[in-house]
Amino acid sequence: MIQISGYERKNGKFGIRNHLLVLPTVSCVNGVVQRLSREVPEAVCIPHAYGCGRGGPRDLEILSRILSGLIHHPNVGGVVLIGLGCEVSNTKNLFPLIKEAGKPVEVLNVQEDGGSLETSRKGIAAARRILSEISSQPRVPLSWDKLLIAMECGGSDAMSGVTANVAMGAVSDWLVERGATVIFGENTEMIGTTQVLVRRAKNGQVAKQIEQMIERAEKLTQEVMGNLANLVISPGNMDGGMSTIAEKSMGCIVKGGTTTINQVVDYGEAPSEHGLILQDGPGYDGDSMAGLAASGSQLMFFSTGRGTPAGFPALPVIKVASNTRIYEAMKDDMDVNAGSVVEGRPLDELRAEMIDLMIRVINGEETRAEVNGMDVFTLMTVHPPF
Amino acid sequence: MKDNVLIIHPRDNVAVALRTIDVGELAVAKEMEGFPALETIPASHKIALRDIFQGEEIIKYGETVAVSGRNIKKGEWVHTHNLESKRWKK
Repeated sequence: MIQISGYERKNGKFGIRNHLLVLPTVSCVNGVVQRLSREVPEAVCIPHAYGCGRGGPRDLEILSRILSGLIHHPNVGGVVLIGLGCEVSNTKNLFPLIKEAGKPVEVLNVQEDGGSLETSRKGIAAARRILSEISSQPRVPLSWDKLLIAMECGGSDAMSGVTANVAMGAVSDWLVERGATVIFGENTEMIGTTQVLVRRAKNGQVAKQIEQMIERAEKLTQEVMGNLANLVISPGNMDGGMSTIAEKSMGCIVKGGTTTINQVVDYGEAPSEHGLILQDGPGYDGDSMAGLAASGSQLMFFSTGRGTPAGFPALPVIKVASNTRIYEAMKDDMDVNAGSVVEGRPLDELRAEMIDLMIRVINGEETRAEVNGMDVFTLMTVHPPF
Repeated sequence: MKDNVLIIHPRDNVAVALRTIDVGELAVAKEMEGFPALETIPASHKIALRDIFQGEEIIKYGETVAVSGRNIKKGEWVHTHNLESKRWKK
């Protein structure tokens, strides 16, 4: 019997890490967060470029959902939230969304807490206090149905869809069979696969949501790219042998495996169903990861063929190289070499290696991106700033 | 002889080159008889598994991923130069 363990949260969720998160509400206070990160290196600090200047309802919805999603994230044991005061995403606006976080959350505002130096001092003290408070929390046994695991691909080549994503699809099926929830997004990379995905929808409503999601992604792509819509795959993708977005898309969606699609959730929204879930999120890796993380994914598999080192704050990301060349070239960034299939390694054997690694990572072993500190945080925006 | 192409799904009419295949070299996979590549097939690119007529669907993963823009011979390299996207035709 496989033993997995995690940290129990007051809301019934389980984390596989117990991080202290230091999050600014707005880019104006990034300097305070950077001071904290120098003084308290154990803290997971996420300076970012958002929080103000975008007043549209959709951008506000996304921003507050992602920020509160990170605060609620099951891998986060405590939070120091650094606000400014006059920003759109100020801590008063965020408060209703986070007041039931069920974990220590220290809220500071630079305009009220004595300026940036004094706020840094208070933040450092709060960070050290919360760290010592949460560091004694023990791991407890965890069951698979408490896990939400994300599947992501980025910097793909044609082998991503042949080796790595096929192997991740096999892991997805294994997880769903055990009661876990698997989620993947990247709606632009579903274009051309509507019929394939709709066939697997749990019911007519989910089928319709899939259809509409892909239709919107396609319309947006055409609006933005015009006659070049077909080139929404990057030159690097083309060099790798992918000819159309439908081909890239097929190679992308195989990473979710073959089970029934039980729900479509919005960008950053937490699923209420188990099994396989689709997220209506963008194809860009950074933005996509933020949405999948804010949904509450405790762990992510991330395949890459061209080679991206990107991880995500507070979320272990397992990097799966699609070919041996990039695995060797970026050995310190890669956790798994799915390119071994090309040398004749059976897919079953590769899947077993990935499951074994996943269990060790759940139980605390750090992924390469964690060891290297390759945190990336960007989020989807709809409109340019005013 | 070791496989140098991969057929992802039995319905597919293209295979993926696992390494660069030179002109005249046999494309080999355990599911089929070897046949010569008519041009250089770059690693991870597609090779036609049979003659494909202009306007015919290109099948990979058992699904349609493109439409051929001209007649393509078995053993030819299949990429943007001889394909159209089914979604946004030129």
